[in-house]
Amino acid sequence: MSTTTWAWLVLLFPLLGTLVNGLGYKQLGRTNGGAGAIGTASIGLAFVCALGALFSLQGHSAEHRELTSSLWDYAVTNGDVDAKLSILVDPLSVYMMLVVTGISTLIHLYSVSYMRGDRGYARYFAYLNFFVFSMLVLVLGGNFLMLIVGWAFVGAASYLLISYWYRRGTATQAGIKAFVINVVGDVGLVLGTFFVLRHSGTLDFLGTFRAVHGGAFAGHHGALVAGCLLILVGAFAKSAQIPLHTWLPDAMEGPTPVSSLIHAATMVTAGVYLIARLHPLFEAAPAAADTAAVIGCVTLLIAGTIAITQTDIKRVIAYSTMSQIGYMIMAVGAGGYVAGLFHLMTHAFFKALLFMAAGSIIGAMAGAQSLDKMSGLRRSMPFTFGCFVVGGLALSGVPPFSGFFSKDEILAFVGHRGGWFVALYVVGYVGAFLTAVYTWRMIFRAFWGEPCAEARELEHGHLAHAEVPTNPANGEQEDTDVGFPGPEHTIAEWALPMKVAMGLLAIGATVAGLVQIPNVDHVITSFLEPTFADSKYVHDEAGNGMVYFGMALGTVLALLGIALAHRIWVAQPGSAAAWRARFKPAYTLFVNKWFFDEAIDLLVVRPFAAFGTFSRRTFERVVVEGTLVDGTTSVVRAGSSAVRAIQTGFLRYYAALLLLGGAGVLLYFLISAS
Amino acid sequence: MSIAWYLVVSALIFCIGAGGVLVRRNPLVILLCLELMLNAANLALIGFSRMHGNSDGQIFALIVMVVAACEVTVGLGLIVAIFRRRLPIDVDELRELQG
Repeated sequence: MSTTTWAWLVLLFPLLGTLVNGLGYKQLGRTNGGAGAIGTASIGLAFVCALGALFSLQGHSAEHRELTSSLWDYAVTNGDVDAKLSILVDPLSVYMMLVVTGISTLIHLYSVSYMRGDRGYARYFAYLNFFVFSMLVLVLGGNFLMLIVGWAFVGAASYLLISYWYRRGTATQAGIKAFVINVVGDVGLVLGTFFVLRHSGTLDFLGTFRAVHGGAFAGHHGALVAGCLLILVGAFAKSAQIPLHTWLPDAMEGPTPVSSLIHAATMVTAGVYLIARLHPLFEAAPAAADTAAVIGCVTLLIAGTIAITQTDIKRVIAYSTMSQIGYMIMAVGAGGYVAGLFHLMTHAFFKALLFMAAGSIIGAMAGAQSLDKMSGLRRSMPFTFGCFVVGGLALSGVPPFSGFFSKDEILAFVGHRGGWFVALYVVGYVGAFLTAVYTWRMIFRAFWGEPCAEARELEHGHLAHAEVPTNPANGEQEDTDVGFPGPEHTIAEWALPMKVAMGLLAIGATVAGLVQIPNVDHVITSFLEPTFADSKYVHDEAGNGMVYFGMALGTVLALLGIALAHRIWVAQPGSAAAWRARFKPAYTLFVNKWFFDEAIDLLVVRPFAAFGTFSRRTFERVVVEGTLVDGTTSVVRAGSSAVRAIQTGFLRYYAALLLLGGAGVLLYFLISAS
Repeated sequence: MSIAWYLVVSALIFCIGAGGVLVRRNPLVILLCLELMLNAANLALIGFSRMHGNSDGQIFALIVMVVAACEVTVGLGLIVAIFRRRLPIDVDELRELQG
């Protein structure tokens, strides 16, 4: 089979899974049954096909690894637009395909147990398969059109899955928020595409890149920068970069596997993919690329500081995700595409793992998510504990775990760029220190200390159940028909599929970094090289001194962070309050998430609401209702009351009118004829 | 014989019918007068048909008769319905449809 056929098959299987689960939910059973198996199998088959595409692609020579295939044309005119249903299979899209399908398979497997007993079991898997399909459309699309379609689809899938427990008020609100902010990004992406299309004359990626290299933007540099900045708006909204990040922490209202798949491993990294995919544009518009690098850097720092103060375990991991995506955006903005994508892959492993482990903890805590309530789960949940520690070590960048290599590659590259990038380099290491602190704060608080009541119960072999299930966000009573935790929630220790998925991810999180060790091997670099061969940074590599210094610094900072976390939350319990008191202003800022929600409310929501009220009072009431609507009706009413007087109801009167009219017509013809 | 006399008779009958429709109030008589008007038209049609020497006018007259039969059926049905509901048999009293 040809490479593109494999890629089409990768798209086909998740679509089939969506259709079967979505249309056959009645036959498949509501609370368990075949839906999970079908969903998992379809994504597993997609992963197998992605492997097929990989091997088939490696069979081509390095210069011929950019293959396109088109199913049909929507509209093709000469030199204006070429809208086709086409895919582009190159090392970058195959790489993304492998990450997406691989992680998704494991998360589907995890969900089979985790969501068992939920009333919307088949609906859940239909949504999840739809998400994977959309994400694959996004990464495989061979032109801007397919990219935008996939971009909007994943936004919709994200909305559906965040609001999955639709009787939870907080969940539906979070879904709406995510959707609205994502639509802002969609608009940015579409407008940016128009800017690019106007001068390149083609929607096709490869054609656009040829046009850029051929000087299509020679006299229109401003248009290119504007287009790239607008595309960045799309990337920032999807990847939760400041200031469009506020939806991501709220998105944690969705089921935990969803957070794991969409809001950690795959969808939120779409912005990284987008910048890497469009790197010829961004290299021709360095202002836009620098903006991306700076925003990524700011995000990684701010998200890291917020994560230290949050108490909801899922939100801590969510802010951590934001922070790690900040690293990736910084990398691809600075030109370190391979480093950014390498971190994307390792991050997918360890962040998915951390979310899954958090899901297991939440299962053990009967739905509670607050770190304040958790303690001493180490003995009762050894497997979850092990996975969390592996994920935590990888996230904080301790060698030889995967995050260590990828994060250091990013920072080494950024430092190597020199100039003002050194500031980003320094902030990156501050962020690495913060990462270690907040990750291990979470681990120490959840697993160390005196076992809490739920942990003790678990040690005796009972899983705690809430008497009355409540929403952890606002304490509202839950509708167990469509809300977690149902009576059948479970933990990884007790469910084989969860254990398998987490175990495989833990192995990945441990060893995935070994494929790219400086001066030892460079699997990712050489694999992705054909895609980035035209990049001006392709041969930029940090010198050995910088690399080894960075690795040493990273290790030291990670260990220092862990030591600090240990000191505050284990060695001297209760000292956290003293720290909070000492840094009160900073703590207030961090715990309120830098007041971003309030600022957006003040700057965007309220002015718009006030403008809406004002225009309803003035324009709507006076102009639309008063003049247009009421004016029209009164004109019609006056006209009809005038005409109505003719209608007397006397039959003979009508007959007379008829005769007179007929006679008048007759006379007219007689006179005009003579 | 000239066609003029036929037309004069036809016009006379038409005017009598039209006058009847206008002045009489009994719906039954109004129907009769309508019938007169239609037959006046038929007479004119047949007269012209004879003048031109072809049968088109006669076929028209036949169609008018068919229409007249239908019209009488409907009209009489209405009158019977009015009578059954004990409404006054007077078109001036039946004026609910005024604006």
